[in-house]
Amino acid sequence: MASPAEKMNLPPLPPGGGFLIAPVGSERIRTADDFTDDQRAFLKTAEKFAVERVLANAERIEHKDFPLLRRLLREAGELGLLGLDVPEAYGGLAQDETSSMLVTEAMAKNGSWSVTFGAQAGIGTLPIVYFGSEAQKQRYLPRLVSGELVSAYALSEASSGSDALGARTKAVLSPDGKQWVLNGSKQWITNAGFADLFIVFAKIDGEGFSAFIVEKGAPGFTVGPEEHKMGIRGSSTCALVFEDATIPFENLLGEPGKGHRVAFNILNIGRLKLGVACVAGCRNAIQLAVQYGKDRKAFGQAITAFGLIREKLAHMVALVYAGEAMSYRTTGLIDDRIALSSAKRGSLEHDKDVIAAIEEYNIEASILKVWGSEALSQVADEALQIHGGYGFVEEYAIERVYRDNRVNRIFEGTNEINRMLIPGTMLKRAAKGQFPLLELARSVGQAIARGELPRIGPGPLAREKRMAELNKYLMVHALQTAVDTFGPALSDRQEVLGALADIAIEAYAVDSAVARALQSARAGAVDPVAEACVKLYALESHERAYARAKKAIRATVVDPSACRGHLSTLRELFDEGPADVTALREIIVARTLESV
Amino acid sequence: MALKILVTAKRVEDPESKIRVKPDGSGIVTEGVNYKLNPFDEIAIEEALRLKEKHGGEIVVASIGGDRSMTEIRAALAMGADRGLLVKHEGPMDPAVVSAILAKLVEREKPDLIVLGKQAIDGDQNQTGQYLAELLGLGQATFASKVESLESEAEQKRQPGLLLSADGKKLTVLREVDGGVESLELSLPAVVTTDLRLNKPRFASLPGIMKAKKKEVKEIPAKDLGVDLAPRVLVKKLSEPPRRKGGVKVADVDELWGKLHGEAKVL
Repeated sequence: MASPAEKMNLPPLPPGGGFLIAPVGSERIRTADDFTDDQRAFLKTAEKFAVERVLANAERIEHKDFPLLRRLLREAGELGLLGLDVPEAYGGLAQDETSSMLVTEAMAKNGSWSVTFGAQAGIGTLPIVYFGSEAQKQRYLPRLVSGELVSAYALSEASSGSDALGARTKAVLSPDGKQWVLNGSKQWITNAGFADLFIVFAKIDGEGFSAFIVEKGAPGFTVGPEEHKMGIRGSSTCALVFEDATIPFENLLGEPGKGHRVAFNILNIGRLKLGVACVAGCRNAIQLAVQYGKDRKAFGQAITAFGLIREKLAHMVALVYAGEAMSYRTTGLIDDRIALSSAKRGSLEHDKDVIAAIEEYNIEASILKVWGSEALSQVADEALQIHGGYGFVEEYAIERVYRDNRVNRIFEGTNEINRMLIPGTMLKRAAKGQFPLLELARSVGQAIARGELPRIGPGPLAREKRMAELNKYLMVHALQTAVDTFGPALSDRQEVLGALADIAIEAYAVDSAVARALQSARAGAVDPVAEACVKLYALESHERAYARAKKAIRATVVDPSACRGHLSTLRELFDEGPADVTALREIIVARTLESV
Repeated sequence: MALKILVTAKRVEDPESKIRVKPDGSGIVTEGVNYKLNPFDEIAIEEALRLKEKHGGEIVVASIGGDRSMTEIRAALAMGADRGLLVKHEGPMDPAVVSAILAKLVEREKPDLIVLGKQAIDGDQNQTGQYLAELLGLGQATFASKVESLESEAEQKRQPGLLLSADGKKLTVLREVDGGVESLELSLPAVVTTDLRLNKPRFASLPGIMKAKKKEVKEIPAKDLGVDLAPRVLVKKLSEPPRRKGGVKVADVDELWGKLHGEAKVL
């Protein structure tokens, strides 16, 4: 039977994790060059709003001016910024994932605002968009899109975070069947202090994990005091307490006992958005560092003239190049897959296709979340370092960026959980025959045995293409070795899975960066700065992938001589360079200093 | 009393881009430069939108340039203008050419009011509005402003700063002058140019951006308008401003006086 893509005469889309299979640059990926006029105009409005309304009020936001946050949400609603993912029938704009991502990026200029906005437009609204009944959609969505109502998403509990399904909050149907009675508590709920409605997860009769909509003021429902946080201080974070709290029967969201579908699918979207927002955060931090560095004089010259500062800047800019390549590639894949849906936009069938498209690329979403949050931590740290002592005082914006970004590695699934999901999902899909891991392992194994490894071919970025392929070989070899050694018990070997996840992350990053640069080439010539970014990033990334592969092998193969054999295989899968890193650095830094 | 208003939307270099003069001085380096709607025109469009919101009517937005100027017309349509006119013309222009083209558009459209930015932030010439009024024989009020601050309640409510008389025939304009603010009364039709403190332009909303695509934009080749397209003023050469020399520290008032009086000759 022909696939939908074949029927529509489109090239079939790669599956989730497909970057491990297809040779680098063989598939066209979406990049910033593909943005439509509308998307560019949306971005302009969103950025203007972020600068003139949010950044201009950063001080008040930082000091928890919640009436101001509510007003800003209202203004964002008037501009349409809260409704990109919502069907037009409920006041939304029904735009694609890429448009929604661009707005999310623009909102990332301030950490507190970014999470407030995300809790509203993302995890606070989407459960109703994708899982709500018609009545629930009509009742809530138009007012969520306008910013009249503020929403919050309540999954974590004091004793269950990563193990979300271990929630203890309980829902019991009242004897007359008209109400749910909730008991329990929720922890770390963004927007809780001023939200009007809450998406709350609880177990029906202590068993069937389900989602509910709880409105502010429900009898027996109280919101706890504000937490005193290290960062994103301007956002509201409180606990929720349910003591025989009663809500109407019709406020069950989605099917009873299927709350995990709501929770995990919404988290998949949340991860993707957070990853993309972190890449935007990197750009903002670089801008702060460059602005400061150009003005700051030491030994009679601007500190941006010094090699160690230039090295930091080049490293940061190269990270952003790879991060953007992954962001737009992933959202583009999701949009292309959604576009294959033959169902009518806004229909239940279409919603299912949207959810399925996002789920298909949840390996990539987890990669973006881990990579983005860790890249931002590095960039914020180095950007602060460039500020010297001034980076350590509140007067300079970078101090806030440093504090605000830390939580990104914790929420929307810790980076540890997301690391487990990356190889975990591949293995699960392979077991179901949805991902050709075995075939891939066999072909990589044969190539290694015959010494037919990727070579340096003709054309630009030839060595980086090879590094991109070698990263995948490292991943597949280490993964297959772990599968052969541990079998199903591999799921308990977290340190091996974590190292495998790291190699997969580097594989996706370099594959995307190389593909982006090659694709943007004009008349066969890659832009020199793009080329330098890819070269620098690929070198660092490939070294990391090699180091992580060695770690995975050492943790997998305990017999010394067998381990040595594997390590010498890995050595063949490692390309050491050479690369004139100083020259690459200069190409990147020259343009960076000029453009900020 | 509904008003038909013609506004302008010039495409200008975004001042936040790095602007560099070409080595031969023939122009600026356009590579890597972003463009935007002239901010003074944005204020003109905002004012027109407020007048329309209060009195009803239609807003026509005009731009002169190549295909790319469509972006600025769409930006104005996204803010809420009703339809666009793109006069297609590549090549150099001066305020005389621009105002001659605009005058032809006014003859065709017969608006009750023409509102333009007082100047465009690229050439900063501040002449087009004045030329246009003269060509059309209409009254003009330049540098339209208002007394209330941009944080005032009237501004929050987006009330127009230009006041239309009850019979709809006259317009009262407050304008910035050296000594303060002057009030002028104009008979319509008239030309108004807008200054910075007249209003805070709204953002183009996302639904507005989507609607703008469906609004009519008529393209008119400049040569069809029957105006002389040869600029009278030609830019011969651009050069960067001289680099500022570093300051000096003076020991006392006498030395300062000596420098100001003897060297700088400002006192």
